[in-house]
Amino acid sequence: MPTTKTERVGIKVSDDVVRVRQLTRALAVEVGLSLVDQTKIVTASSELARNTLDYGGGGEVTAEIVEQGGRRGVRLTFDDKGPGIADIEQALKDGFTSGKGMGLGLGGSKRLCNEFSIVSAPGTGTKVTIARWK
Amino acid sequence: MDRIPILKFGHALLVTIQVDMHDRLATALEEDLTARIVTHNARGVLIDISALEVVDSFIGRMLDNIAAVSRILDADTVVVGMRPAVAITLVELGLSLTGVKTALNVERGMAMIHDRLAGAEADDADDED
Repeated sequence: MPTTKTERVGIKVSDDVVRVRQLTRALAVEVGLSLVDQTKIVTASSELARNTLDYGGGGEVTAEIVEQGGRRGVRLTFDDKGPGIADIEQALKDGFTSGKGMGLGLGGSKRLCNEFSIVSAPGTGTKVTIARWK
Repeated sequence: MDRIPILKFGHALLVTIQVDMHDRLATALEEDLTARIVTHNARGVLIDISALEVVDSFIGRMLDNIAAVSRILDADTVVVGMRPAVAITLVELGLSLTGVKTALNVERGMAMIHDRLAGAEADDADDED
């Protein structure tokens, strides 16, 4: 699918989570998402950016405006080179956490988006891609 | 480091969150509020989040924690001004903030705290009889 805009933000400190939220908001507004849909993808971006920082040891997000079949959307790809996730199905369950969080990050983010995919294995890092379409 | 200001308003503390909070700022607010409840002998805490465009699980947990700690310290927490889009998103995220009292705006939130204060004063008066 064609990409009309791409931006990258490094996620190294907690201020970067705020920057990811702001970038996601700007792209969601540019695409013309409704206020509720903007809020959903910005919230999902915040959860995933924090996961990248807290569990992945930092990484980066690639934020894109994409087009498919005349529809526009925002797609975000979070990439880290951290320890990876052994059991993805378990990690997606509400209430599961390996850290001090509430365990809503991954499963909650999935519910807030139209598309969600995760690629991860122990030792290879984690890549989570989400999209929200207008 | 930045801090979110906490105002004293009678027996209540008033916090208006005006900035997009990073996690350390949220944690600092939780600690500051807990300390101020004790030093000011506060019976109520009003948190205005009408300027917040996003409440994620971290901020949601902070609100839950503040409510739980203040309850143990005999103060009521009321969160006011949540935007409709934020409320919809929070529920979908799986965070229903069951331990947190909410009101639509500052006025109604203050009324809730005043009702409780009036009740507490009436109890005190009964004790004296």
